[in-house]
Amino acid sequence: MREALHAEWTKARTAPGTIWLLFGTAGLTVALGGLVTASIRCGYAGCGQDPAKVSLTGIYLGQAVVGVLAVLAMGEEYSSGMIRVTLSAMPRRETVLAAKAVILGGMVLAAGVVAVLPSVLMGGLLLPGEGFTAGNGYPSLSLADGPVLRAAAGSVLYLGLIALLSLGVASAVRDSAVAIGIVLALLFLFPVLAHFAGDAAVQRHLEQIGPMTAGMAIQDTIDLASQPIGPWAGLGVLAAWATGALLAGGMVLRLRDA
Amino acid sequence: MNAGIITPYRPRVRPGHSGFAQLLHSEWTKLRTVRGWIIGLLLVPVMTVGFGAFISSSSECGSMAPGPAGQLVSVPCTAPVGPGGGLVEDQFYFVHQPVAGNGTITARVTALTSSSLQPWAKAGVIIKANTAQGSAYAAMMVTGAHGVRMQWNYTQDTPGMTGPVSAASPRWLRLVRSGDTVTGYDSADGLRWNRVGTVTLAGLPTTVQAGMFATSPQPSSGAQRQEAGHAIAVTGTLDHAGVAGAAAGRWEGTSVGARPIAGGPAGFQQTASGFAVTGNGDIAPDVGSGAGSTGTPVSHTLAGLFLGLIVAIVIGAMFVTAEYRRGMIRTTLTASPGRGRVLAAKATVAGAVTFAGALIGCAISVPLGERLLRDHGNVIEPVSALTAVRVVAGTALVFTAAAVLAVALGVIFRRGAAAVTTAIVVIVIPWFLAVSSPALSTTAADWLLRVFPSAALAVQQTFPRYPQVNSPYHPFDGFYPLSAWAGFAVLLAWTGAALWLAVFLLRRRDA
Repeated sequence: MREALHAEWTKARTAPGTIWLLFGTAGLTVALGGLVTASIRCGYAGCGQDPAKVSLTGIYLGQAVVGVLAVLAMGEEYSSGMIRVTLSAMPRRETVLAAKAVILGGMVLAAGVVAVLPSVLMGGLLLPGEGFTAGNGYPSLSLADGPVLRAAAGSVLYLGLIALLSLGVASAVRDSAVAIGIVLALLFLFPVLAHFAGDAAVQRHLEQIGPMTAGMAIQDTIDLASQPIGPWAGLGVLAAWATGALLAGGMVLRLRDA
Repeated sequence: MNAGIITPYRPRVRPGHSGFAQLLHSEWTKLRTVRGWIIGLLLVPVMTVGFGAFISSSSECGSMAPGPAGQLVSVPCTAPVGPGGGLVEDQFYFVHQPVAGNGTITARVTALTSSSLQPWAKAGVIIKANTAQGSAYAAMMVTGAHGVRMQWNYTQDTPGMTGPVSAASPRWLRLVRSGDTVTGYDSADGLRWNRVGTVTLAGLPTTVQAGMFATSPQPSSGAQRQEAGHAIAVTGTLDHAGVAGAAAGRWEGTSVGARPIAGGPAGFQQTASGFAVTGNGDIAPDVGSGAGSTGTPVSHTLAGLFLGLIVAIVIGAMFVTAEYRRGMIRTTLTASPGRGRVLAAKATVAGAVTFAGALIGCAISVPLGERLLRDHGNVIEPVSALTAVRVVAGTALVFTAAAVLAVALGVIFRRGAAAVTTAIVVIVIPWFLAVSSPALSTTAADWLLRVFPSAALAVQQTFPRYPQVNSPYHPFDGFYPLSAWAGFAVLLAWTGAALWLAVFLLRRRDA
């Protein structure tokens, strides 16, 4: 496993796109979070906005870049034919997938921290000037606050799980373009369907089972009781999706010719 | 040929068959011989129809009420239809008496009061075909912040005297019926009258209901609605009420279109000096949002398009990137050295097959979805045939332009994953952020839908905006900042710019 990890780390480190995609994840997350944070207003007490969620809106964009990074980690092996060399060198195919998952997860978590910290700090600086004041029922956004810390740390974990989900899908379909299409469709399908579904019960169920809608529940810091799913249970749903995708990917990798 | 740029060998001899038709034929052959792409193309309509049908059949509208045998039965939603054929909101308190033939109603308004006076809260005099919701009417009214208005048949509005009403500055209002026409007058003193407008109400019955009314729309912002906690009503204080041509002369109070859920105070008091009429609701076109809306827009039947769109984008991008991956691009460019023409042929073929698939998908989705929605108790906003064609064909064109954008991005990035992600990020995510999160202010959401290709989904907007209806008109409720074709032009501009860059790079770069 050590050798496998080392090999995967070398591949990831030397691939030309990796570093830019990691920077892109952090940069786009912070940029979108900043734009939304700067444009929002809370006009009255209990305006229904969740300050932690607002400052972490950038994750919606960051996850797309994480998805690209993750599908390329597997997809490039197939498109360049490198997979045959990889599997000749390391015939235990599960080990290859596990090593990729570890390296990818580690890199994405690191990028996630770089993406989330400035977003929350910006929220703490900007939001009090936009009506998120103690008078309107909002303490200032701070990582010392338990739920805010959970939202921030959870968002980093969220990105990690998105990477694993994308890696699993890419291993199963073996083509980066198709894989990222499937990943983004999976993520956005449930909230789009829920938006249009007129039935409140159907809406709730869709939001409970969707990988993105459930996973993003980790960012909720207010009104927890009225959310479709609890924060950790939601992240658990995403983890289940990621596990399922990795299992499917592992199965395909094991059973099919490379 | 550009000096200084090293290009690979390109044969100078014109090949025998290099007409554009030949190019199209070769691209079509490439497309149809890849099994995965054919399956993908079939998925475009299948996804659009399938998920659209799922959404339509999971949109239950209505309430449970005790049936004749005591069991609970579901009562479908209803929405009144105005004389113009559109859905309307028609809820107000009406103090009326029947008037046979031609007649006149006059009243003086001395105050308009409310716990939270809305700009379009209204009270005044009205002549209405009957007390049923959606019947023809003409009214002269005092409003919260828009002076005296004459409004008729829900969608029409014309201004009269300006300024607020008070006991010191009352407003005299008068409606005169003559056959099918009703003329509205206003006056500051009851002596000198100004004509505000003369309108024709087609098919007005001989006996109409004439009287006084009051109603107040609910605040458009959630903030004020939450503060009020209940339906906001307005009270109009009127005196010198008189009807010429009345049969009976006894005032009767009716709460037109009262919905039990809406609650809120409504009624009237007759004192020695006059009347106090209190009501809530609105007499206005349904704009598909807000407390009084029950209509479902046609675009709901096309909710499945997002999956279909993603499939079309993946196929469009792979149509190019697969050539790079397999090295096929070198054969292609050797066979037809005109690189711009190759790209044009690719874009044409990808666009044409996507349009065909999407058009079939949308043309099935809309009637199927409407049927399912009706079966589940929904009221669908009626649209003209021309509008329905615009929604269906426009949506198919959005698919087409998105697929061509993906082709261009495929050339630019030469990597499938990057092309697909970029296309989805610029088309789907701005739309998602704008419509799904009411957190974003209307201004911010509107800008997202002006700048990004998602603007093109305005081709699906069917509810018109009315200045006399105070609604947030947020993209969340299906209101796009740009008109249908202006929005589509934004997508076309992105596609055009991407194609231009793609041709530039294709000519400049080694294959």
